[in-house]
Amino acid sequence: MKFDQLDMTLLQAIADIKNLPQGALNIRRDGQAVLRQSSPNISITTNPENGGLIVDIKAGTKNETVHVPVILTQSGFKDKVYNKFIVGEDADVTIIAGCGIHNDSHADSSHDGIHEVIVKKGARMKYIEKHYGEGSGKGKRILNPTTIIRVESGATAEMEMSQIKGVDDTLRSTVAYIKEKGNLKVVERLLTHDSQIAESDIEVHIEGGGGVAQILSRSVAQDNSTQVFKAALYGENECSGHVECDAIIMDGAKIRAVPQLVAENAEAILTHEAAIGKIAGEQLIKLMSLGLSEQEAINTILEGFLR
Amino acid sequence: MLKLENITMAVNDNNGENREIIHGISMEFQPGKLYAVTGPNGGGKTSIAKLIMGIYKHNCGSIYLNDEDISDLNVSERARKGIAYAFQQPPRFKGLRVSDLLQIACPGIDNISLRASLRDVGLCPEDYLDRDVGPGLSGGEIKRVEIAQVLGRDASVSIFDEPEAGVDLWTIQKLIGIIISKFKGNDDLTAIIITHNENVLHICDEIIVVEDGLIKAKGTPEEIWPLIREDVECKMKEQCRGEIVYEI
Ligand SMILES: Nc1ncnc2c1ncn2[C@@H]1O[C@H](COP(=O)(O)OP(=O)(O)OP(=O)(O)O)[C@@H](O)[C@H]1O
Ligand SMILES: [Mg+2]
Repeated sequence: MKFDQLDMTLLQAIADIKNLPQGALNIRRDGQAVLRQSSPNISITTNPENGGLIVDIKAGTKNETVHVPVILTQSGFKDKVYNKFIVGEDADVTIIAGCGIHNDSHADSSHDGIHEVIVKKGARMKYIEKHYGEGSGKGKRILNPTTIIRVESGATAEMEMSQIKGVDDTLRSTVAYIKEKGNLKVVERLLTHDSQIAESDIEVHIEGGGGVAQILSRSVAQDNSTQVFKAALYGENECSGHVECDAIIMDGAKIRAVPQLVAENAEAILTHEAAIGKIAGEQLIKLMSLGLSEQEAINTILEGFLR
Repeated sequence: MLKLENITMAVNDNNGENREIIHGISMEFQPGKLYAVTGPNGGGKTSIAKLIMGIYKHNCGSIYLNDEDISDLNVSERARKGIAYAFQQPPRFKGLRVSDLLQIACPGIDNISLRASLRDVGLCPEDYLDRDVGPGLSGGEIKRVEIAQVLGRDASVSIFDEPEAGVDLWTIQKLIGIIISKFKGNDDLTAIIITHNENVLHICDEIIVVEDGLIKAKGTPEEIWPLIREDVECKMKEQCRGEIVYEI
């Protein structure tokens, strides 16, 4: 086996991998593909232009899962990768990505992932990406993912992106284009602590008639961390879109939420909701009246909120 | 036994002024008995319940549970000592499911009892266990989940704050049955039900009428009923007309 305990801890945290999964898989460790397997319907190859991955999912592929986790265990390693995912027409698949960093040194470790995702006509895709950092060093753990997603006509894409612990610095940038009757749902979950900084910029262009987009963000900012959430929804056709940002702020944290709606068509229906606040005292009291301590009550509320 | 001795409590009202709302009351709740607390809106019933649970702090007096002064214990500590309170207006949560709350209320509860506790309050477990206790539940549904939590805790003192409010008449009847079978004749448990409902008042051993932060009367239903009958019947009629059946 090529993976040690440290690798497996990271893999489990970001991709729920306890045993190596069946099916298409690519595990990248410190800039190298250490394990790659394709399946009859899903091919994983190296892009000759930039050394990144091309994950090509055949039209009509049903109920398959591709795992493409990235782990960084070498201290101070700076990784940059370009990946392309093509989900063929009428396919129905789940992509599990994610990045875990272990850094015990004083040098910063970083991963910049640039992903292009194309969900072809009538296909359905669920994309799950978790970010996680650990290690005792003073070196920062930095993740800067950029995702461009194209949802073709009648296709449905759901992206679930979460960063739960240990990432010091992150700038996530997501741009989406939705064609006729395409449907995109982006769900972000974020927890920041200590002096972490996390920024997420999402821009969704609904280009096709009947397109639907939903951007939902739930976040918790603790200690002295800073969060910035910017979501811009462009309705360029008869379409509907909704942005929702719900944040719990604690301690000395700062949160900035900037939902933006741009309608370029009279038939576009765009809405947004943003709420930032501390944990409701009533909720705490209620859980304490069931026997939880104050700290247990806080943890329970946060866990539920970010679930 | 739960004992309140000369309890006084003040709140800060909108103008930031201290206003006394409970004026030196004393009460005793014996194990094995079912108590009703009733009286007009704003009389101080919920405040008394919150004082017992430790949610509100009293300025003067003491609260004893089995001769131990629990005045300085916080909400969690009182819960662990065996006091449970079903809120008049339970808060909603984002991301906590009905099953989560029931599991917190009754640690280690097995699956069968968990489901039974929902059926007791007239909710079908298949439909409700995985639902968020959030904006998606109706007022009556939230109330029933709340009551299920307190029933499941098997606390030595259980307080239900207007369990009938927002709950349909069929479920109220069912609840009365459950309360009778759980508390009547159980020498270890005390139940305190804050209520305006005639049927609930009649199953209790003792009725306490609270008005203007004072105890106005107390006694058996036979003694008290004639005194409060008009008020309660008036409120029941409103309820049946649907005016206050669903609370927001
Ligand atoms: N936290 C608080 N802040 C300010 N005033 C309060 C607070 N809690 C209670 N009060 C006031 O104390 C009085 C008693 O309120 P309480 O909720 O105990 O009444 P209640 O008897 O439960 O009424 P109801 O039948 O309407 O539920 C009211 O005048 C109420 O406005
Ligand atoms: Mg009340």
